[in-house]
Amino acid sequence: MERNLMKGNEALAEAAIRAGCKCFFGYPITPQTELAAYMAKRMHKAGGVFLQAESEIAAINMVLGAASTGVRAMTSSSSPGVSLKAEGISYLAGSDVPALIINVQRGGPGLGGIQPSQADYWQATRAMGHGDFHILVFAPSSVQEMVDMVTKAFDTADKYRVPAMILADGLLGQMMEPVTFPEIDANAHDKSSWAATGHKNEREHHIINSLYLQPDGLEKTVVERFKRYEIIKAEETDAELYLTEDCDILLCAYGASARVAKSAVNSARELGIKAGLFRPKTLWPFPVKEINEAAKNASVILDVEMSMGQMIDDVKLALNCSKPVEFFGRTGGIIPTPAEVLEEIKKLGGAQ
Amino acid sequence: MAVVFERPKSLLDVSTHYCPGCTHGIVHRLVCEVLDEMDIAGDTIGVCPVGCSVMAYDYFGCDMIEAPHGRAPAVATGVKRTNPDKFVFTYQGDGDLAAIGTCETVHSATRGENIVVIFINNTIYGMTGGQMAPTTLPGQVTQTTPFGRDPKLAGYPVRVCEMLSTLTGTAYAHRVAVDSVPHIREAKKAIRKAFENQKAGKGFSIIEVLSTCPTNWGLTPVEALQRLRDDMIPYYPLGVYKDITADEEGNK
Amino acid sequence: MTTEILLAGFGGQGVLFAGKILAYCGLMDSKELSWLPSYGPEMRGGTANCSVCISDEPIGSPLVLAPDILVAMNGPSYDKFINAVKPGGKVFIDSTLVEAKCERTDIECYYIPSSQLADDNQLKGGSNIILLGKIIKETGIFSLETMKKAIEKVVPPSKAHLIANNFRAIELGMNN
Repeated sequence: MERNLMKGNEALAEAAIRAGCKCFFGYPITPQTELAAYMAKRMHKAGGVFLQAESEIAAINMVLGAASTGVRAMTSSSSPGVSLKAEGISYLAGSDVPALIINVQRGGPGLGGIQPSQADYWQATRAMGHGDFHILVFAPSSVQEMVDMVTKAFDTADKYRVPAMILADGLLGQMMEPVTFPEIDANAHDKSSWAATGHKNEREHHIINSLYLQPDGLEKTVVERFKRYEIIKAEETDAELYLTEDCDILLCAYGASARVAKSAVNSARELGIKAGLFRPKTLWPFPVKEINEAAKNASVILDVEMSMGQMIDDVKLALNCSKPVEFFGRTGGIIPTPAEVLEEIKKLGGAQ
Repeated sequence: MAVVFERPKSLLDVSTHYCPGCTHGIVHRLVCEVLDEMDIAGDTIGVCPVGCSVMAYDYFGCDMIEAPHGRAPAVATGVKRTNPDKFVFTYQGDGDLAAIGTCETVHSATRGENIVVIFINNTIYGMTGGQMAPTTLPGQVTQTTPFGRDPKLAGYPVRVCEMLSTLTGTAYAHRVAVDSVPHIREAKKAIRKAFENQKAGKGFSIIEVLSTCPTNWGLTPVEALQRLRDDMIPYYPLGVYKDITADEEGNK
Repeated sequence: MTTEILLAGFGGQGVLFAGKILAYCGLMDSKELSWLPSYGPEMRGGTANCSVCISDEPIGSPLVLAPDILVAMNGPSYDKFINAVKPGGKVFIDSTLVEAKCERTDIECYYIPSSQLADDNQLKGGSNIILLGKIIKETGIFSLETMKKAIEKVVPPSKAHLIANNFRAIELGMNN
């Protein structure tokens, strides 16, 4: 297959079009802008819709409208813009409408900065809006993985009728790497049983709705949704385990910081330190089984993030606090260096 | 015996949650009559708002989507852009359309989205129990303007049709009322024209319907209709504010 | 083995473009590679820099902090990055714009008056490409043929008439 050199943001867009995404609604924000620009150039030719919305709020609601009719729809933004989309994402979840949201994270809170960050982990995995719900969260760590995860995210979202997010960051969005685009089957999911496409006088009318004024009715739909979440947790986790078989110090990192951590693990191995890396590719559901496998021989865990420590909560929960979990992170848009991480590994000692 | 009047087929045979004397029922019927007469219910997707008509999805027989507060025009944009062959309408109240959703309203109009917006102006937030709306008249007493709306403190009402008629993208802006039989007939003609516009690809059509809220106005239904005539119509004059099809006719 | 390259200069000097050519060279030679630009306000005229990694292995962190090869196209970039260069590294300096002379003895510096050369040879804005020519000559990281193929790939079809000029700039760099 031909290798193309593409920016992460552009690769996300191209992959979405190839995955059968029929519409993109967005609003300009750094560092995801190339994604919208690419869509503006390509979507129309691909027979789809590109529309620059008047706000992030309008954009996510355009996604809600389009996705309610059963088409693959997406929006993308960066951290402050994703906060604005929270309302619409909650409605998507509450209406069981699948769609794709991309967050090319930058530093926060508030207007924050525009450099790469991983400070929206909690938002994505814990509280992507009001109410009792989850969304699927995918964490690519290379441009190729961005491509692969777009298809995976659309498919999984459609399969379970749950919104999906790709949680990237400014580094992955801006960098270029070689990518290939695999052949994919874009129309695998039949949505005719629920989509609002006009009933043609042939069926009952379909209602896309998240309002249940009777508490027992609302409880029933939420409980039903959580049963689906249990299936997702059992079947849809994914992680990379790198040199974990004999590792004594297990690093945990996702996305861009996992690249840094992997470099540090390699350097540690050269020094004879038995380091390994656990890299979740799905953040929700968190790969509980996989991290326990990776940590089975480790005496200590080092969680590395581009934040003040957010995923670390999931690491501790997944391990049931059975091992000490240390943390190293940089925030505000600073990318930790492999040398810094290696220093932390050395501090923790580790069997040689 | 000949049938001279019946419930339109698109209006589902269920009891609504609307208060006695509320004019939502009339407007629902008018919309459904138009859907039936044009035989488009099977190709129509409606978008309901947050407000009194939040549960309109249980009353309109076409496919329906319930939008977040104020976002119906954005949701409708998403539907229409990806399904240009379908009919798409929103049904929104004044708080939804002219306060929290002003941005979505103005921009869907200026983009000339080929949709129909049915806008219920009853000068009050009904569902939450009678607070000031962007359309509440100066001096009008509501729960949040207990001494009457003082424009010095709370600003002035928004005249939606006038505002939207300044936008090039708006094809048709028409203010009607449902306080009397002649007005109701006029309202239905306007709604029909709005859907015909959509069929012809003319762009954004908004029908503002001056309506009543007897419950939150503290009036009987009959008194409420009288208030609509006495207080609302002078402030919100009825009529066509923009009609590009009339201009096209005039240019012929 | 991974070669880490850092290119730095003013916005508008073609720093990102030169980096892109190196990245495409990696692609042509079936290498692993990454290209990472600085982004932000500097996109609008301030300093710009770009990290390029070329390797036989998958690339870890794409951010180059200690380059094997530094391209310094202005004074501030030279000052900022000269001490970050790895011992044994090579530095390519546009000596038209950078007055400083390096005192480090553990690295090799090449001073090329590339801006002047570009002007003298009717290659306006070609300083960046002249430096690339010098890089392939002094490091052997890519062949001339690879770089020509990369240029053909990077130059947009609408500007195809510039390909010949870019070839000329490369050769100018190799011969100076």
